[in-house]
Amino acid sequence: MANVAKRQFDAVIVGAGGAGMRAALQLSEAGLKTAVLSKVFPTRSHTVAAQGGISASLGNVQEDKWEWHMYDTVKGSDWLGDQDAIEFMCKTAPEAVIELEHFGMPFDRVESGRIYQRPFGGHTANFGEKPVQRACAAADRTGHALLHTLYQRNVRANTQFFVEWMALDLIRDADGDVVGVTALEMETGEVYVLHAKAVLFATGGAGRIYAASTNAFINTGDGLGMCARAGIPLEDMEFWQFHPTGVAGAGVLITEGVRGEGGILLNGNGERFMERYAPTLKDLAPRDFVSRCMALEVLEGRGAGKNKDHVLLKLDHLGPEVINHRLPSIREIAIKFAGVDPIKEPIPVIPTTHYQMGGIPTNYLGEVMVPKGDNPEVRVNGFYAAGECACASVHGANRLGTNSLLDLVVFGKSAGDSMIDFIKRERPVHKPLPENAADYSLSRIARLENQTGGEEVNDVRSAMQKTIQLRAGVFRNSENMALGVKEIAEVAERAKRTQIKDKSKVWNTARIEALELDNLIEAAVATMIAADARKESRGAHSHDDFQKRDDDNWMKHSLFFSHDRHLDYKPVHTKPLTVDYIPPKERTF
Amino acid sequence: MTYTQADKNRLRWRSRRGLLELDLVFELFLEHDFDQLTPAELDVYQDLLMLPDIDLLELVDGKTDTTDDRLVPILTRLRHWQVAKKQ
Repeated sequence: MANVAKRQFDAVIVGAGGAGMRAALQLSEAGLKTAVLSKVFPTRSHTVAAQGGISASLGNVQEDKWEWHMYDTVKGSDWLGDQDAIEFMCKTAPEAVIELEHFGMPFDRVESGRIYQRPFGGHTANFGEKPVQRACAAADRTGHALLHTLYQRNVRANTQFFVEWMALDLIRDADGDVVGVTALEMETGEVYVLHAKAVLFATGGAGRIYAASTNAFINTGDGLGMCARAGIPLEDMEFWQFHPTGVAGAGVLITEGVRGEGGILLNGNGERFMERYAPTLKDLAPRDFVSRCMALEVLEGRGAGKNKDHVLLKLDHLGPEVINHRLPSIREIAIKFAGVDPIKEPIPVIPTTHYQMGGIPTNYLGEVMVPKGDNPEVRVNGFYAAGECACASVHGANRLGTNSLLDLVVFGKSAGDSMIDFIKRERPVHKPLPENAADYSLSRIARLENQTGGEEVNDVRSAMQKTIQLRAGVFRNSENMALGVKEIAEVAERAKRTQIKDKSKVWNTARIEALELDNLIEAAVATMIAADARKESRGAHSHDDFQKRDDDNWMKHSLFFSHDRHLDYKPVHTKPLTVDYIPPKERTF
Repeated sequence: MTYTQADKNRLRWRSRRGLLELDLVFELFLEHDFDQLTPAELDVYQDLLMLPDIDLLELVDGKTDTTDDRLVPILTRLRHWQVAKKQ
């Protein structure tokens, strides 16, 4: 690797969304030489899409306690969340939010000048008694404000941003310790070795493995792919959160308020199918239930459209008055992204993936933990993860709204602190790079350059998305998932033979997309295999042949290993840090 | 400025945004309009891409108007991509 340039930093962070930038700030302010790599300009990370807010039991509007927030999060997770990590997050939330305020984040305020808090689904007072106002927001631009605030602070703290760089692979030495990453500079097409004392992944989710996703195109699970290739398992990848009504073929969400106003769902035969599944609540049944019914209609051949791959959301019976006055933005979205005017025609909709609960296994300190011998959790020296790419696990089988932004800042900071501690105490000087540190990445690029008679990247990506959508979507049963396991293995074989026509070096977007597909496919295989294996229904994983949660056999985290595609399991952390364990209950609302 | 193929590819990459709604519009724009842009229009497009995603989305949606006259022709083209492929 004589011709591969090397750069050295104390810390290298991959990803410049909320988690990556919060960690970077911690490190840079501690005087450590910190590099942050990002495929896009930091303030264009997908964190920008978060509108709802960030939860913290500040009690500014109504009485609130972190213990109540913890209870809601444990219950929301359907008892798959690790209770030490959940306690840590909920207890730390108030100081994390106040810290953001001190950084200059423009929160909405009440008259006294304190941060205003709004209600949000799933957040309650007094252990589920009544809704509580816990979400702190900056209008509908909370994610945007968070990114801008953290970016400014990082610039001030001299964090070095490597913008439009794509990390390629994790570098582990003979001991298994992480000593850096390889990365591609898009502007030159050159591969570099970034040598670090500690590396953090904050690469976001892999929502683009689904055909119907609310995620931006950049969400290709790069951190997950790099981990899978480097022998790090992926945790709880069977758990994905869905929204029932995304515009088919686009993913843009249609708010549930539309059904509240009287919108109804029809299948391809024009039947109001929800009457069959939920005679009382009909179209207003809970979100996950409606999603499953929609998916079932499609699976059983009653979908709408020429491919029978979606259902229809009918509004025209409400009349132009109601649509124009109460749902103006929905009309806009339908016209723009579905090509239909809901005053005249129904909107094609499909359950749409929104959030990845699983990811790189970490503890509440942001340290990446993997099984070794009999110990299910042994630290990988020098390696950390935070944000949607990580699984701490605070969201368990299902995430509560507004806990995602909280996750970013709490675990971003916590991981940053852990890295500082590790660098000071255990890694004051760089551990040497292995001889062949860049060879693997170079060989992947060379394979792509030299591939002939191969597969088009777009074709393979579409096949993957179609398979995952159909086989690991909201409706899951044994037969369907067994087919999915077989089909995704075939797609993964095709992904090994992708080819690109454009062989140029500089700003070669075709090459970047091929490399992204390598990452997506790892997340897709992990999702399919972990989903097929879990013989129960818990949170977002709803198994038609095993409709109950099975705590005796399945209250455990899955760990997927890519090299031989086997699954291992590890226990859920049932011991909070200071308070009593919250024992499982039936999850009713 | 003059634009090499690499410069154009750079702008293509920078059309990848943090919001799905923008990705979907830019995807159509890149497929159908981008290669017809003159160097002067590419200058403007480059500036447009510097805007924050949320402001850009409001402009593309027509929820806000720009005071920068140079941006108008490009925005008109982006706003044209209001109709996604019919299912």
